[in-house]
Amino acid sequence: MKITKEEVKQVATLARLELSPQEEDLLTHQLGKIFQYMEKLDQLDTTTVEPLTQVGEITNAFREDRVVNRPATDSLLSNAPAREQNFIKVPKIIE
Amino acid sequence: MNLYSLTLHELHEKLKNKVISSVELTESIFQRIAATEEKLHSFITLCHESARAEAKKADELLSQDGGITPPSGIPVAVKDIFLTQGIMTTCASKILANFLSPYDGTAVKKLKETGTVTVGKTNMDEFAMGSSTENSAFSLTRNPWNLDCVPGGSSGGSATAVAGDQCIAALGTDTGGSIRQPAACCGIVGLKPTYGRVSRFGIIAFASSLDQVGPLTKDITDCALLLEAIAGYDPLDSTSVNCPVPSYSSSLSSNVSGLRIGIPKEYFVSGMQPEVENAVKEGVSVLERSGIIVKEISLPHTEYAVAAYYIIAPAEASSNLARYDGMRYGYRSAAKNLTETYMKSREQGFGAEVKRRIMLGTYVLSAGYYDAYYLKAQKVRTLIKKDFDEAFKGCDAIITPTAPTTAFKIGEKTQDPLQMYLTDIFTLPASLAGLPALSLPCGFDAKGLPIGLQIMGKYFDEATILRIGYTFEQATDWHNKKPPL
Repeated sequence: MKITKEEVKQVATLARLELSPQEEDLLTHQLGKIFQYMEKLDQLDTTTVEPLTQVGEITNAFREDRVVNRPATDSLLSNAPAREQNFIKVPKIIE
Repeated sequence: MNLYSLTLHELHEKLKNKVISSVELTESIFQRIAATEEKLHSFITLCHESARAEAKKADELLSQDGGITPPSGIPVAVKDIFLTQGIMTTCASKILANFLSPYDGTAVKKLKETGTVTVGKTNMDEFAMGSSTENSAFSLTRNPWNLDCVPGGSSGGSATAVAGDQCIAALGTDTGGSIRQPAACCGIVGLKPTYGRVSRFGIIAFASSLDQVGPLTKDITDCALLLEAIAGYDPLDSTSVNCPVPSYSSSLSSNVSGLRIGIPKEYFVSGMQPEVENAVKEGVSVLERSGIIVKEISLPHTEYAVAAYYIIAPAEASSNLARYDGMRYGYRSAAKNLTETYMKSREQGFGAEVKRRIMLGTYVLSAGYYDAYYLKAQKVRTLIKKDFDEAFKGCDAIITPTAPTTAFKIGEKTQDPLQMYLTDIFTLPASLAGLPALSLPCGFDAKGLPIGLQIMGKYFDEATILRIGYTFEQATDWHNKKPPL
């Protein structure tokens, strides 16, 4: 399948990735080649096959609603790019 | 004999009998690292100070009788994808270049509780995406057998550290072959356990339905000992499975007579390096002479594994990596508004392969393409799993090459992502099916590069593949070969 530069730009926006014009060109070419290879899967008739999302049994993991990990405010906040007291500082969300 | 060149089980005897101390052993490892790291670049972070403190604590533990287990006092290296409290965890990405782990991942915690010594955090492909460790944002790790070649990936730093005697054993993660393929490239043992056997808590997520933690070691006995130490149910990972952990090390024996191994014809096709094919076939006859029954089997959907995997894994990755938005942790770029902050932080923080996978994943999950790609790949995943269900009705384990070629040259495949993806062809099927699979050394090619033999097993039957591996080791001495460093 052919993939266009417009599609690459649109997907990049969905993925919140700012791409340079060179990256857009390269990805258009590379993703096109990769999707062409993926077409291999069309050789298989899967109309009656169930999809597999996870191997093994899937059971719900219930737990008590109580805090088990020690609060570690400082070590968690120390990784924040910007901090004010015990808050993470972020850019303005509503203009 | 240098301490650093011994195995975990040999060193355990010495530590237990107080012939050596953990402090002495740890110094021996750091001297070895000092002498070889310039060539290998296995590590992103070295932990001299905390390791020495851990070694002292281990010696106290060892001085009391009882309570010690084989990993006690042993210097290990940990892939930089595991959270290690108080130590940086970068995942080999610029976006996490300054990330200080707030807590320990479960596998790391379990090892620490036995008294292991963490010597450092090893290099890897950024976010574990790659098969050569060339996608690290920080350094280029080299294969100890030939410094012009890649060590494999993504756990390339862990594999070179073990092969180069810079640690006694290491932890890695395997999503599509990231433990087995570097183990094969570096001539060591690597095991991807059954999905759910080891907790994933505290490893940075790549593709959550595939990621699994496992050991990289110098021989099978060490592999069994390390697996015993890290396996088991963990309430913090709801996909870890609550079934008993057997004593893998005590089930190691050369009594394999009557065991049936299947050789899938789809894994011996043209395009493979002839020396790899010959070494694996020779390995199979070694096992046949030990009393194993060998039969040809078929895994008909093998050729679709690369396409299915490179849809499913990037789809899960694009979703997992959405958390790197520059807000709560990680790199934040200066920009004029919120959306631009997201876009620029991710553009500047992620490397080329990670961006490619995010794009691939976002594409196959987007409206209009979901059914044609993502759903289709999940259906093919069912077919691949059914191939194994069928095959295991008639055999106890399956043997194949770990990779179609030995380690390739640095830079050889970086320009063509699809060629890089195709190198994973033999490790991907067991990942998609969630089965345990082991790689161990079975020979060398004419250039002196190691060849890996892969043994895949039934769900939660690590014991059988380890026993087959052990039998092979008893009859050969490939695992004793050391790279000329």
